Amino acid sequence: MQNRTDLRRFAVGAALAALAMGGCSEKKEAPAAAPPAPAAAAPAKPEPLRVGFVYVGPVGDAGWTFAHDVGRKAVVEKYGDRIATTFVEKVPEGPDAERVIRDLVAQGNRLVFATSFGFMDSMAKVAKDHPDVRFEHATGYKTAENLRVYEAKFYEGAWLAGILAGQMTKSNVLGFVGSFPIPEVLRNINAFTLGAQSVNPKVRTKVVWVNSWFDPPKETEAAQSLMNQGADVLLQNTDSTAVLQAAERNGKYAFGWDSDMSAFAPKAHLGSCVLNWGVYYDKAIGEALAGTWKVESTRWGVKEGMVDFVRMPEAAPETARKKVLEAREGLKSGTAHVFKGPIVDNAGKEVLAKDVVADDAWKGAVNFYVKGVEGKVPAGK
Amino acid sequence: MGGPRVSGLALLVAATLAAGTPLALAGMGLLVNERAGVLNLGAEGLMLVAAVAGFATAYHTGNEWLAFGAGALAGAAASAVLGWLVIWMNTNQYATGLAVSLFGAGFSAFVGLGLVGKKLAEGGPRGIPPLRDLPLLGPALFRQHPMVYLAVGLAVALAWFLQRTRPGLVLRAVGESPVAAHALGYPVRGIRLAAVVAGGALCGVAGAYLSVVYTPLWVEGMVAGRGWIALALTTFATWRPGRLLLGAYLFGGVTMLQLQLQAEGVEIPAQFMSMLPYVATVVVLVLISRNPLWIRLNMPASLGKPFFPGG
Repeated sequence: MQNRTDLRRFAVGAALAALAMGGCSEKKEAPAAAPPAPAAAAPAKPEPLRVGFVYVGPVGDAGWTFAHDVGRKAVVEKYGDRIATTFVEKVPEGPDAERVIRDLVAQGNRLVFATSFGFMDSMAKVAKDHPDVRFEHATGYKTAENLRVYEAKFYEGAWLAGILAGQMTKSNVLGFVGSFPIPEVLRNINAFTLGAQSVNPKVRTKVVWVNSWFDPPKETEAAQSLMNQGADVLLQNTDSTAVLQAAERNGKYAFGWDSDMSAFAPKAHLGSCVLNWGVYYDKAIGEALAGTWKVESTRWGVKEGMVDFVRMPEAAPETARKKVLEAREGLKSGTAHVFKGPIVDNAGKEVLAKDVVADDAWKGAVNFYVKGVEGKVPAGK
Repeated sequence: MGGPRVSGLALLVAATLAAGTPLALAGMGLLVNERAGVLNLGAEGLMLVAAVAGFATAYHTGNEWLAFGAGALAGAAASAVLGWLVIWMNTNQYATGLAVSLFGAGFSAFVGLGLVGKKLAEGGPRGIPPLRDLPLLGPALFRQHPMVYLAVGLAVALAWFLQRTRPGLVLRAVGESPVAAHALGYPVRGIRLAAVVAGGALCGVAGAYLSVVYTPLWVEGMVAGRGWIALALTTFATWRPGRLLLGAYLFGGVTMLQLQLQAEGVEIPAQFMSMLPYVATVVVLVLISRNPLWIRLNMPASLGKPFFPGG
């Protein structure tokens, strides 16, 4: 009798173990489940190009990742059954990213996009092991034989926002909610200020850092303290709509960032700095399909349609809006430059000589505030 | 020169009150739990579940008060589960609390997927009509959401309840010595469960306040550690409602002051200021732990310990 129960126990245990193991292997494939097989690909047609996307946030963040996914949908629309796309969202920057990228390669993706700076090393590692796969990394700087980088000149959007902000402010104090004091963000603060100063030399910019890309309550508090200090037009380099909504509640102005946020603050919204990654995804996939893909660094802005400033409200005077549109035309035609000397930092030192247009190396090394921004860049990073 | 400085101070006070309120509400909920002898480490998770419930309700009905109700219900329901586990099943309070906290974070993210990026209708002007237009005092004190004043009232009521009423005495007795309370014929488990559910409801109101009033949007993890600060506050306040309210404003104030100083261009690294509230917690913990009288006088003696009515 005793033996029998033991046996039964053993059987149950074995079954459970088998179940657990089965569950494990299945789980590994879970992220793979997404690729929608191209509808009824006729056998005569060539296999579709499989394209993978690695996102840092949820596609519903209304900001950065959302904008990338809009770009993905645009290329799906354009190329139809010639491509099959897969995305993995909310991938943490770090060791997990490498696993996700490897999974995507194992699933047969032959072109992989990683859309956050922190994926750089993971991607470089996987690229080394898979010379037959093409890799694309947004906002990074490491390239290899099969790894290239792309970036948006987002500071052009901040500059256009600044031109409107400089004309709309009554207190001549602008506010900026910063994420991390890295060159990318410092460029945006400086571009915003330079844009405002180009139409209103009295403008000053106050900066508050929240040390996060996404912390809505903290972004709200930061916006509140900037407004308490007299700032009446705000811009943020964080990914939520919190700053815009805080401005709405306080009867001040602010801008959308990453994507069109006009719906979140009908009164406060002065325009949105938007990213249109679709134009680049179109180019990259087109090249991969045509076999002309080669390693390069792409930095696109308003001219190429990757960055734009949209949805200026009727409430802004027509003359003010006209000035922004003129500057936008200048960027489009290549006659206007955001960082053109003389530029002086806020300690009075000349950082760019008269009539010199900043090159990529200069832009990549920005570690100062321009004149008119208050305070000091926090140390570290 | 004095004018803008003083009005800046008034605005700082106002921002502090708004930032301290969710901490005060959740802290009082946890205080009720702990006074009955139950440590609820799940606060962060409860607040997240309540935040998503509150936001969903506000989004679909447009009514803030229904949203607070939904938040309270969600907090109460989640804490009832915790209560059943730790009071009847006698599971370890620390481990169970942590599990509830992690569960709440994941669960709220999952059910809130469809609410990300949604927007609530803006409410009208806030505050108490004749007083809100007073110079200085108006912007500093009288332009807040009603919940801010309710939190103050609640602290007074809670202090009175605990110290001056019979049910309050019973609640404290259950926390001090469940064995003695049981011997006197009080239903220790039932009282503990009631305390846990009531405390969970308060945490829920705090969560709903965050997602409906303070930052009217839903994103996963938006409580951002406030549940843990509220837990630290109960010890910080040596389990007294009045001190807890002051502590909540102190914590809120340090956060706001940090951002305010940055905006003024004071050269203190932001990272240093961000860690100040936590340093303050540790310092206070060390101070009160060194003074046995403070701890012994106020700390519920059976806090965190299971109670077996039979044994």
